[in-house]
Amino acid sequence: MKKKIVLLLGVLLLIVPLTACNLTSNQGRSITAVGSSALQPLVEAVAEEYTHGHKGNFINVQGGGTGTGLSQIQEGAVDIGNSDLYAEQKKGIAANKLRDHKVAVVGITPVINKSLKVDNLSTKQLIAIFTGQVTNWNQVGGPNQPIVVINRAQGSGTRVTFERWGLKGRGALQAQEQDSTGMVRQIVASTPGAISYMAFAYVDDSIKTIAVDQVKPTNKNVEQGKWQIWAYEHMYTRGTPTGLTKDFISYMLSDDVQKRVVGKLGYIPISNMQVHRTLQDELKVPTK
Amino acid sequence: MHDQIKESLLKKSRATRSERRGKLISLFCTAIIILVVVSIFYFVASKGLATFFSNKVNVWDFLSKTVWNPGSTDSHGNPQAGAFPMIIGSFAVTLLSAIIATPFAIATAIFMTEISPTKGYKILQPVTELLVGIPSVVYGFIGLSVVVPFVRHTFGGTGFGILAGTFVLFVMILPTVTSMSVDALRAVPRYYREASLALGATRWQTIYKVVLRSATPGLATAVIFGMSRAFGEALAVQMVIGNAALLPHNLVSPASTLTSVLTMGMGNTVMGSVSNNALWSLALLLLLMSLIFNLIINRIAKKGEL
Repeated sequence: MKKKIVLLLGVLLLIVPLTACNLTSNQGRSITAVGSSALQPLVEAVAEEYTHGHKGNFINVQGGGTGTGLSQIQEGAVDIGNSDLYAEQKKGIAANKLRDHKVAVVGITPVINKSLKVDNLSTKQLIAIFTGQVTNWNQVGGPNQPIVVINRAQGSGTRVTFERWGLKGRGALQAQEQDSTGMVRQIVASTPGAISYMAFAYVDDSIKTIAVDQVKPTNKNVEQGKWQIWAYEHMYTRGTPTGLTKDFISYMLSDDVQKRVVGKLGYIPISNMQVHRTLQDELKVPTK
Repeated sequence: MHDQIKESLLKKSRATRSERRGKLISLFCTAIIILVVVSIFYFVASKGLATFFSNKVNVWDFLSKTVWNPGSTDSHGNPQAGAFPMIIGSFAVTLLSAIIATPFAIATAIFMTEISPTKGYKILQPVTELLVGIPSVVYGFIGLSVVVPFVRHTFGGTGFGILAGTFVLFVMILPTVTSMSVDALRAVPRYYREASLALGATRWQTIYKVVLRSATPGLATAVIFGMSRAFGEALAVQMVIGNAALLPHNLVSPASTLTSVLTMGMGNTVMGSVSNNALWSLALLLLLMSLIFNLIINRIAKKGEL
């Protein structure tokens, strides 16, 4: 009996590395893309389509957050690092070693609990709410109801973008934090007086978006530069991409995918943008 | 003939050889486990201590300051890594849930071992086992959709906070504490009860004065085991506590625990940066706390030997 178990263990130990090799080397090419959860649905959908049409290729897509994506690609542990931010915006990343591929634009909108009778906030009011100067909705023309601010985690791409463009460079106050957009949506939907922010793609009927300075959060307004709170979605590679990484990224950027898939999933194709931003725009903090 | 016997006596028998082989295998496995534990400790400690040595955060500031924003610096140029709100949050939910869970767990255990050892045990045993097996994300989900609205309507606030965390953890540690209490009560020798009854004590007197008294160390171990589980629970608590790195004003204001801040921040920091190191320091703190819980359990077990 003991012998058998030992034998079994030995065989298992031998087989595991063998099969692992088989998966990666013998059956075509395989890459891994890790990072931003905001970009993940798009990469997953495109990867599935690509591997369907190109047999023998495997694209493994994982979330984990912008920080994970950038640090993993920096270490060379993965082939593509997905990010909501420019690599330069993240501390501890040597951006000059990475190559940026902008694959889409994502708009971010403030969202509130559905029962609140508020449709518009000025940028000033938005800043006052998220920095804690205003704590009741009746101070900004709403009902007498305490404001419940819900933040994304510190360092989240969505939060950095919202603070830079929505709050004009100010940091949001210490308040409740959630690490995923799904949780934020559920909590805003069920908590009276709640306000938070999320990518357009995640907005549904359970919550309500608001206009900022009378501009409605629509793809069109983002494209025309009227809606300020948006960010590029980046796919970073180490140096010039080769092999499957290169093929996949050019597939992602192809007109067909950009027109057909990107828009359908709630993102905005780069080619539709009439305004452009540079890294300097992101880093520059407006005078207060 | 003569030589054959001599030879067989001098040669190692099959049994000896298989025993040696068995010893080797178990030694090998033990060595691997020890290696894993030591390297985990080394890894977490080296990362966690980097906050204090390379990023120059004062240990006392880390334990007592209340501003948690390790990515940015204060007026002196030191990273703002004050973990006090999280430490308070962790201890508050742990202690409160243990205080609520203990009477329920011990009462259930007494029912299962003393009052209804056959029928009650048969029904309650699978129930507690089932409760242990429910994944923490399910508890968190129930907490989010039932407990949080309940707390909001009954006690005010947003519903997210230490109170909601306590309720969820109470249910989570209850089965652990219960089943360990049952073991502790069952370990009380039968002749203790018999002697007590023979002296004319009632069943309640026997339970109260003899069984519970002699099982006290075991029960304490059960409670501390539950506390150590509550202290380390991340997901379910994270879903209901609100995750605000603020000192809680009351039981219904959003707070955070060491674990919830850790899981929230992991994906958004870069290896080697201050924010990441600060998270490792929290992990080190958690590791040290579980070590302390283990030491306490050992201590009690030794002291309480009958």
